[in-house]
Amino acid sequence: MRSVSVDLNNDSSLLIDIPDALCERDKVKFTVHTKTTLNSFQKPEFSVPRQHEDFIWLHDTLVETEEYAGLIIPPAPPKPDFEGPREKMHKLGEGESTMTKEEYAKMKQELEAEYLAVFKKTVQVHEIFLQRLSSHPVFSKDRNFQIFLEYDQDLSVRRKNAKEFFGGFFKNMVKSADEVLISGIKDVDEFFEQEKTFLLDYFSKIKDATAKAEKMTRSHKNVADDYIHISATVILHTGVPRKVEGRVASDQELKLTELLRYYMRDIQAAKDLLYRRARALADYENSNKALDKARLKSKDIPQAEENQRQCLQKFDKLSESGKQELTSFKGRRVVAFRKNLIEMAELEIKHAKVRIKSAVCSEHNLFTHN
Amino acid sequence: MSFSSVRNPPPFLDSEDQEPEYDTRELDSDDGEDIFTGSETDPTTDIFSEEGSFTVEKNHPPAKTNGVQSDEELDLFAEATVELTLTTPNSRGRKEIIGPTGPLSTTMKLEEEESGDTFELNIAVTNPEKMGDGMNAYMTYKVSTQTTLPAFHIKTFSVRRRFSDFLGLYEKLSVKHHLMGCIIPPPPQKSVVGMTKVKVGKEDPSSAEFVEKRRAALERYLQRVVAHPALLQDSDVQEFLEREELPRAVNTQALSGSGFLKMINKASDAVNKMTIKMNESDNWFESKLQEVENEEQLLRRLHASVDSLVNHRKEMCINTAMFAKSVAMLGSSEENSALSRALSQLAEVEDKLEQLHQEQAFSDFFILTELLADYVRLLGAVRVRNSLFYGTLLKYTFCCSWQRWQEAQATLQKKREAEAKLLWANKPDKLQQAKEDLTEWEAKVGQCERDFERISSTLRKEVHRFEKEKCRDFKHHIVKYLESLLRSQHRVVKCWEAFLPEAKAIV
Repeated sequence: MRSVSVDLNNDSSLLIDIPDALCERDKVKFTVHTKTTLNSFQKPEFSVPRQHEDFIWLHDTLVETEEYAGLIIPPAPPKPDFEGPREKMHKLGEGESTMTKEEYAKMKQELEAEYLAVFKKTVQVHEIFLQRLSSHPVFSKDRNFQIFLEYDQDLSVRRKNAKEFFGGFFKNMVKSADEVLISGIKDVDEFFEQEKTFLLDYFSKIKDATAKAEKMTRSHKNVADDYIHISATVILHTGVPRKVEGRVASDQELKLTELLRYYMRDIQAAKDLLYRRARALADYENSNKALDKARLKSKDIPQAEENQRQCLQKFDKLSESGKQELTSFKGRRVVAFRKNLIEMAELEIKHAKVRIKSAVCSEHNLFTHN
Repeated sequence: MSFSSVRNPPPFLDSEDQEPEYDTRELDSDDGEDIFTGSETDPTTDIFSEEGSFTVEKNHPPAKTNGVQSDEELDLFAEATVELTLTTPNSRGRKEIIGPTGPLSTTMKLEEEESGDTFELNIAVTNPEKMGDGMNAYMTYKVSTQTTLPAFHIKTFSVRRRFSDFLGLYEKLSVKHHLMGCIIPPPPQKSVVGMTKVKVGKEDPSSAEFVEKRRAALERYLQRVVAHPALLQDSDVQEFLEREELPRAVNTQALSGSGFLKMINKASDAVNKMTIKMNESDNWFESKLQEVENEEQLLRRLHASVDSLVNHRKEMCINTAMFAKSVAMLGSSEENSALSRALSQLAEVEDKLEQLHQEQAFSDFFILTELLADYVRLLGAVRVRNSLFYGTLLKYTFCCSWQRWQEAQATLQKKREAEAKLLWANKPDKLQQAKEDLTEWEAKVGQCERDFERISSTLRKEVHRFEKEKCRDFKHHIVKYLESLLRSQHRVVKCWEAFLPEAKAIV
């Protein structure tokens, strides 16, 4: 999972991790642990409990901070979803009477492993979110980020206030600005024009790939579950193929699907940056028109000029930081894909070899037994 | 049915107590009489015997040569295939061992024993061909035999048979052998839907699959039949394999569903009505039946799981193929050229994996599912009043012969009392008659006892043989399955190993 985004948590001036988490019914409580040499913090090392909603609050405040318009905001971690294994547990409980004791025990074991995997995944995804912030020169200094890390009280009061204040208005505007991008206004800047084309296309492809990968790993999991039923029922020894099939399913899940899922969200974040820049451009163009109108009417010219200047400034700033962000994003993406694909291939080979070994072993057992 | 028409059974040696009316037609009728009242008829064949009566069906294993019998008890070969003992006058005491059959390509090698020769018989069912048109169309299959058995006139031969011929064979065999306590492998089931599709001439993959399934099932069926020592020597079996044209088997209704059910209901009723208690050999029998029932349950569950496995694997194939396409698209969209290449490579790997999954699904199915389905049927998938078909059948045979013995003993007792009365009443001429009567009944009782013992022993041996056969069958198939798994995993490794350098080449 680390390989989803590399080069994080390298800067020892601010180290963040989530050493453990508790699962209480529907809610997950993360323990966010910080180690820092920065003076801006009160203590050199501290931990706070945080919920998923706190992470979302942090993400939203970052999105809605004008200053960060020219940056790619790391995608918010998805909500912990235990629905899958929970439903399966339920079904297993109902079907207990129809299975042998062995079968039931094995299925239960498998489900518990699944549950654990979901749990680990959600911890990591939350951790990576924080680590991306901490390793970013601008975000690491964000006031709200500091509050998130340090504030030893419940953040829920702040969360409520934030919601009321912003009301998600900003976010909605960004979302519906998809049309702005696609509307085909060719950008003067070659770099951004290319980026726009690439990101739009890539996003739809990666979204599709993610969906297909999820389907594939789900059916792989079904096959693995079938093997459990079979191996539990069979008198002869075919236990190992099942275990390996199961683990392969979860490895594929981790490596490939998570990679795709993560980058899908990341690309959405990059697209958001482009939207914001496009809007800034639109603002600038509007301010130009306003200035012309003002000049025509000879009214409020200095305000119009000031407005135009500010818009241009904002646009230029966005473009500059945007370019930087997008370039480093490319690099980051390629590196992550590479690491991930290598690891996945190596795991596949390893597991195939294990399966071969166990099949040979089983065959041998069959011959030496009755 | 051709049973009664072809051969005239010779009078059996001790056939005074031959039960009446084995009416073969009753297999088909709805309210047949007591169908299983032993037909102890014994069709001889000219193939093996010379003067001696060829009594494999009756004496299996042969009781006449005691030395042979005791050898039978020992399981001399751990990996033994099938043993068959002939009691021809020349070859008394000589064993000929015939192995189980396999497809023409793979011959299973056999064990020798004492002075015995080894013989082989291999059977394959191939070349399904459609004959006729429309609703009268039917499939014929080529049944090829390759053998070194002296029973057959030539070494390699083949005939064409249709499905109803196979059913007809089963009918004939079950009529003859069930009473001896043999476990006859059942043929594949009729399928109206499957056949109609074929008849109508739909050239779709599902009807091709149906034909293939049936062909494979028929092959397995024949292989099991000839693996059974008594059946291999059966003239009907040999005729089935050899004869150019078989008379058309009609009324194969009895074999599917309701016909059997009715037979078994009758048998089950009769068993329940028996008030005579059995001796302790019953315990062995009862516990065996229980084992078989448990096993049947297990196999059914297993069959369901494997079925599910096959479906899920097929689903996985589809999803992998879609994923491969999606990754290819992603790769073409990727701006970094090395990554783009790697992604399209990944797509190819996934494509290859999908093919491998396909093949694996195929092997899952044909190796495992069909095997399990066979055994569910063999153990008696027809369940009647919560007992298995074969269990009930065997129990019935067992109980009948026990009952006959008891009844004979009771009659003997009565005759003794009658004799005693006459002795007392001093009627010399009637006394003579009574004495003769008594002798006759003593002989009968002796015969019944021997019959019972024989049947009991046959049953045990049959069950034992069946279990061995089943074990071997399963082992064989699981080994095949593991080998196919091995093969595909090797290819998986190759695929990923080819991909790895591409992934490493990303900059």
